[in-house]
Amino acid sequence: MTATTTPEAATEVAHEAAAAGMPQLDPSHFANQIFWLVVTLVVIFFVLKLIALPRIGGTLANRKGMILNDLAAAEEFKQKALSAEKAYNDALAQARAEAGKIVAQTKAEIQQDLNAAIAKADTQIAAKAAESAQRIDEIRAGAQEAINEVAKDTAKELVAALGGSADARSITAAVTARMKG
Amino acid sequence: MASEAQSEGGLAFHPLQQFEVHPLFGEGPIHWYTITNSTVWLLLVAVLVVAIFVLGSAGRKLVPSRIQSIGELGYDFVHNMVVDVTGEEGAKYFPIVLTLFLTIALSNMLGLLPGSFAPTSHIAVTAVLGFGVFLFVTLLGFYKHGFHFLGMFWMSSAPLFLRPVIALIELISYFVRPVSHSIRLAGNIMAGHAVIKVFAAFAPLVLISGFGLVVTPLSIVAITAIYALEVVVAIIQAYVFTILTCVYLRDALHPGGH
Repeated sequence: MTATTTPEAATEVAHEAAAAGMPQLDPSHFANQIFWLVVTLVVIFFVLKLIALPRIGGTLANRKGMILNDLAAAEEFKQKALSAEKAYNDALAQARAEAGKIVAQTKAEIQQDLNAAIAKADTQIAAKAAESAQRIDEIRAGAQEAINEVAKDTAKELVAALGGSADARSITAAVTARMKG
Repeated sequence: MASEAQSEGGLAFHPLQQFEVHPLFGEGPIHWYTITNSTVWLLLVAVLVVAIFVLGSAGRKLVPSRIQSIGELGYDFVHNMVVDVTGEEGAKYFPIVLTLFLTIALSNMLGLLPGSFAPTSHIAVTAVLGFGVFLFVTLLGFYKHGFHFLGMFWMSSAPLFLRPVIALIELISYFVRPVSHSIRLAGNIMAGHAVIKVFAAFAPLVLISGFGLVVTPLSIVAITAIYALEVVVAIIQAYVFTILTCVYLRDALHPGGH
């Protein structure tokens, strides 16, 4: 260790120093470490670049696209459901309006029928009433005549019973005059 | 040093032994191609990346399987980071950034397995990463903007007489970036592992002396706590390294902050 002028000897010294201290500072295996590190880096780089990253990137993009598609499809279905609901509501409202119209129409028709029936019944009733009134008048007239007859007969009988004699004509005139009075 | 440690009541303090690089097969000098413990753990990182990101994503399921969702989580996390920091045109550099993130994060996490080796605890490794990012970003800046890239150092909004001073400071801080970038990572990982090892060295004290009745449980609790902290540090340091890479990338894509 006296002659440290040659490079080999210097390396030897450094080696011994490293052996006593930090193995990291021993330059005798630097070349080895660097070589194998470069090999490792190159291997990892090309494995990633050529095989792994395109594959993983593709998978991720695929998944992203799938999720976006699914979301879009879900949105579409939602819109469809909304429009279906709207159509249903529209149809319901329309049906309701139709039903209301039919009800009103039917009501009007019934009212009309009813009015016609009432009018018809009224005329029939009026006719019946008029007929009845006529009959009553007839009956009443009939009754009057019968009363006149009875009165004449009674008066004639009375006169005969009291011993008088009177001709039928004068009795009738007297009774008629009395009846009027 | 080893003999000193042995003399201390039989406790063995070798907190830095775990960082030694040694050939996996046989003895002898470490050539550049020798397979060492460091090599194995680095290659395991690559194997893990393949397992999670290639085999895990092979199903391409719409509803991801567990491993697939880990890969997609990592993809999304780093992709969002790159796009948020650098903008849409930075997405081109996403594979590079993800490579860095995965290498560091997985190496940190694998390094936390008992008996394993953390390549990121070595400055030789992190310096390659840090200076690699520095070189890449600087060349990219010049390629994209030519000498306008240097306008990054010339604060046109500052008073004229301050501009040279600011430019000098900016220039120095620019060149310090890779140093801090790499030392921060290696330092954090190394310190955590060394601290765990120090506490671990105290754990067998109960076999030797009565103090152990107190010290051993304490050291075990401390190891657990530090280990939990280290899990967080492993991820945070990978995140910090990655987001700083994104920030440097943004400076290269948009010098002058716009």
